[in-house]
Amino acid sequence: MAPILSVRDLEKTYDGGFQALKSVSLDIREGEVFALLGPNGAGKTTLISTICGLVRPTSGSIDVGGFDALKDFRAARQLIGLVPQEMPTAPFEMVADTVAFSRGLFGLKPDPALVESILKDLSLWDKRDNAIMSLSGGMKRRLLVAKALAHEPRLLFLDEPTAGVDVELRHDMWRIVGNLKERGVTIILTTHYIEEAEEMADRVGVINGGEIILVEDKAELMRKLGRKLLTLNLSEPLSALPASLAQYDLTLASDGTSLVYTYDTHAERTGITSLLTDLSSAGVRFQDLQTDQSSLEDIFVDLVKSG
Amino acid sequence: MNFEAIKSIYLAEMARTRRTIMQSIISPVISTVLYFVVFGAAIGSRITEVDGVSYGAFIVPGLIMLSLMTQSLSNASFGIYFPKFTGTIFEVLSAPVSFLEITIAYVGAAATKSVLVGLIILITANFFVPLEIQHPVWMAAFFVLTAVTFALLGFIIGIWADNFEKLQFVPLLIVTPLAFLGGSFYSINMLPEFWQKVTLINPVVYLISGFRWSFYGQADVSLWLSLLATMIFLGGSLAIIHRIFKTGYRLKP
Repeated sequence: MAPILSVRDLEKTYDGGFQALKSVSLDIREGEVFALLGPNGAGKTTLISTICGLVRPTSGSIDVGGFDALKDFRAARQLIGLVPQEMPTAPFEMVADTVAFSRGLFGLKPDPALVESILKDLSLWDKRDNAIMSLSGGMKRRLLVAKALAHEPRLLFLDEPTAGVDVELRHDMWRIVGNLKERGVTIILTTHYIEEAEEMADRVGVINGGEIILVEDKAELMRKLGRKLLTLNLSEPLSALPASLAQYDLTLASDGTSLVYTYDTHAERTGITSLLTDLSSAGVRFQDLQTDQSSLEDIFVDLVKSG
Repeated sequence: MNFEAIKSIYLAEMARTRRTIMQSIISPVISTVLYFVVFGAAIGSRITEVDGVSYGAFIVPGLIMLSLMTQSLSNASFGIYFPKFTGTIFEVLSAPVSFLEITIAYVGAAATKSVLVGLIILITANFFVPLEIQHPVWMAAFFVLTAVTFALLGFIIGIWADNFEKLQFVPLLIVTPLAFLGGSFYSINMLPEFWQKVTLINPVVYLISGFRWSFYGQADVSLWLSLLATMIFLGGSLAIIHRIFKTGYRLKP
């Protein structure tokens, strides 16, 4: 299946000379949730803004659903909905009016029934006749989603949908994304909350310094780059590591009651068998053991540091 | 053409006028009535007539022009500046709407408002002084052309301005003085000969003169010169807007 979004060699250098995007190429599959991770200033928002037509690319091409985003901007933009990072709203407009306005901008006839169903889905229907400035922050964010959905886009950009929101609202947003995905909407979200990508994404892309440094299936990424920790709870505290165990990547917890062994699940040999053998010959006995897989966050930090 | 988008922006802008009716319609009418009372009644009683027209009637075209120009400027500049300031402009810029459509919608709404204000002033003036309009078609033409031209100019200012001070700078420090010195309240024939010549470099003179001619059949400069000046204004504004959109100036980095 052809990708719904295909970005090729996209570059953006701002007038001041700052190069925000360096030869970015990216394919997004229809129906997936793609999380774009990156630290502040990595180029996430510039990439989204360029695809959506808010920033003019220096070079490269953008194809949305088979339409060139520059030459055929009307057809391309018709497929795209954008929820920006900041919450820009016209303070005095009414909720239902502003959603209808968004639909009109896309050249579509008014459809009050659709506006009603969007507002109900996002729990905003009770507020339809209120001025936007009377809404809470969470409602405003949902309203921006409603506006972006008013023309029934196939591809939705969520730029930091949960930046600075409380836990409840974050879960709310995850639920909304889940519903949209079920309906077949392709979603690209940027975030620097790793747990968000872990929770929602099918694939993860990491951008740093204007370059895409990695695109990977989320589960694959976590498996491939994942490191595991083996924690051994000792029967008797140790004051120091026995010299015979020096060859292992071991750390002794400060109170001496547990040993932590770090290993790579992808390596040919994890070293666990020989470690356990050496432990027993050194006379170290343990009561219990557990393993922990490193989170996407650890992977991300590693990537950005080495990049 | 995305007519639905033009309609949406236009109607949203007109809805803003309804919400702010005090500021957008009533206050310009009140200030014009004040001008009318001060210049027409108080000073007009000492200047009986100008070129055969009573002073009160003489200033009506100038007053309408003055409010057309200032209202078009402020409506259009605020109309595009405010969404830029709040950030909501992103929505218009990322929609399948061309720059031409954006301009038509915002400038059309701003011009409509100032035409409404101008008409209300015309009707109000009719209660104070006897008005005659000798050339109604020309009058309508100057009326609409001026509203559209100054709305375009205001649109440019709104895009250029990146703070509220700049937004006010051009209307207050350039256009208002030019309008006052452009013969709103006097015929330039009343000036000393030297100042008459200096006044001719003020483009607003030509607009007011042409408009006044359509009322009373007398003008400070020839009708065709007035029309030419209006067209140069219009063409110049369109050229600048074309350039802005070509380069994405202040809208699309």
